[in-house]
Amino acid sequence: MALADIKQRPGIVLGVAVVLHVILISTQVTTATGMPVLRTVTFGAFSEVQRLLTGAVTGVQDIWSGYVALRTVKDENEALRQQLQDLQIRLQQERALAQRTEDLRQLLELRQRAELETTAAEIIAGGASPEFRSVTIDKGTRDRLQADMAVLSPSGVVGRVILPSLRASTVQLLIDRNAAAGAILERTRAQGVVVGVGGDELRMDYVPGTADVRAGDLVITSGIDGIYPKGFVIGTVEAAERGPGTYHEIRVRPSVDFSRLEEVLVVLTAVPGRDVAEARDEP
Amino acid sequence: MRLAATLAALAAALALQTTLTTYVRETATLDFVLIVVVYLSLTSGPTTGVVAGSVAGLVQDALSSGIMGIGALAKTLVGFAAGRVGTQFIVTAPLPRFVVFIGASVLHAVVFMGLYVLLGLREFPAPYAGVAGQAVGNAVVGVVGFQVLEWLPGFLARRRLRRPVRR
Repeated sequence: MALADIKQRPGIVLGVAVVLHVILISTQVTTATGMPVLRTVTFGAFSEVQRLLTGAVTGVQDIWSGYVALRTVKDENEALRQQLQDLQIRLQQERALAQRTEDLRQLLELRQRAELETTAAEIIAGGASPEFRSVTIDKGTRDRLQADMAVLSPSGVVGRVILPSLRASTVQLLIDRNAAAGAILERTRAQGVVVGVGGDELRMDYVPGTADVRAGDLVITSGIDGIYPKGFVIGTVEAAERGPGTYHEIRVRPSVDFSRLEEVLVVLTAVPGRDVAEARDEP
Repeated sequence: MRLAATLAALAAALALQTTLTTYVRETATLDFVLIVVVYLSLTSGPTTGVVAGSVAGLVQDALSSGIMGIGALAKTLVGFAAGRVGTQFIVTAPLPRFVVFIGASVLHAVVFMGLYVLLGLREFPAPYAGVAGQAVGNAVVGVVGFQVLEWLPGFLARRRLRRPVRR
C-alpha cells in the first residue's frame, strides 16, 4: 500500500533522491578553506550551541580552579617545570633523529632513482562515464597496488591509480581533466605542470614566459609531484604561445596513444616525494 | 520482475559503456547509461526514472574518478523529467523521442557540468560542440534502440506463426 502510494508521488521520490545526493556530494566537496561543505555547514550550525555549553562549563571550571582548587597550584607548578625540562631534552633528541632521517632519505633517494620495481597489468575495461578519462586494470591491492601509484607504458606516462580494490584498480589517465603531473622540458629544463583537458591533448601550465620553448621539445616528468618518477616521457610540445600573463600557453601531444592501450606497468616503488608527503600526514 | 529487468538493463548499459568504448573509439562520447535511463523513464514513468537515474548514476560515479553523487543527481533529474514528459505527452514517434533524448542529454550536461563549475572542481572551456555531439549521438542510438525493442517482439511472433506446424 505504502509502496503504491510512493509510486503515485514521483515528486516525493525525486525530493528524497535529490536531498540524499546533495548530502553525498557535500560530504566530499571542500570549501575554499579546505574543509568539506557538509562539515562546515554542520559545524557552523552547532558551533553556537557548543559555544554556550563550553562557556557554561568553563565558568564552572574557573570558579572551581580560581577559588576552590588553589591548594594544588604549587604541586602542579613543580610538575610542569619538570615536564618542561623533559621536553627540552626530547627536543634535542628529535633534532638529532631528524638529521639522521634526512641523511638516510638522501641515501634512499639515490637508491630509488637507480631502480624501479614495476608490475604489468592488463586493461580490462574503459571508463564508466564519458566525462572522465579512466580505465580499469586487472591488478589490485592483492598485487601490492596502492592509490597514487604511477602507471606507465613503454611509450610514456599513462596516469595514476586512484581506486585500488582487491583484484582490480581504476586508473585516472593523464588526459583526464582532473589529472596533473609535474613536468620539465628536457632541452631547457624549464619546469611546469602538465594537466589534462579532457580531450586527446595535454596542456603545460606555469612555464615562465621567459623560458625558451619550441615545438617538438620533449616533455618529461620532474618527479616533484610525489607520484610520477623523474625522467619519464609525457609527450612533445605541439605549440607554444606567449600567453596574456607571465606564462607560456603550451599544448602537449601525449606520447601515449590512450585509445590503443592494452597493457601497462604500475610502479610499485614509492616515489621520494610520496614518502615525504605520507610522513607529513602521519601524527 | 520489473525491478530485475530494470537492473539488468542498467547493468548491460554499464557493461557496454566500459567495454565498447575501449574497442570502438567513436563510441567514447556516448552515454549508454543515460540512454537506458531515458528509455526506462519514458516506458515506466518518473518514479522508475528517478530510481534508475539514481542507481545508475551512483554506480557510474563510483567507477569514475569524480565526485560521488554529481552524475547521480544529474541522471536523477533527467529520469524525472523524461518520465514526466512520457506521462504528459505522446512520445511514440521517432521524432518526439529524438527530441526527448536530445533534451535529456543537454539537461544532463548542464546539471553535471554546472555542478562541477559551481563547486569550483573542474572547468569546461567551450563545451558546446562536445555536448551537441554527445546529444545527437545519444539521440540516434536511443531512437534506433527504441525502434528495435518495439519491433523485435512482433517480428519474433510473426516468424513463429510462419513456421510450418509439425504433425
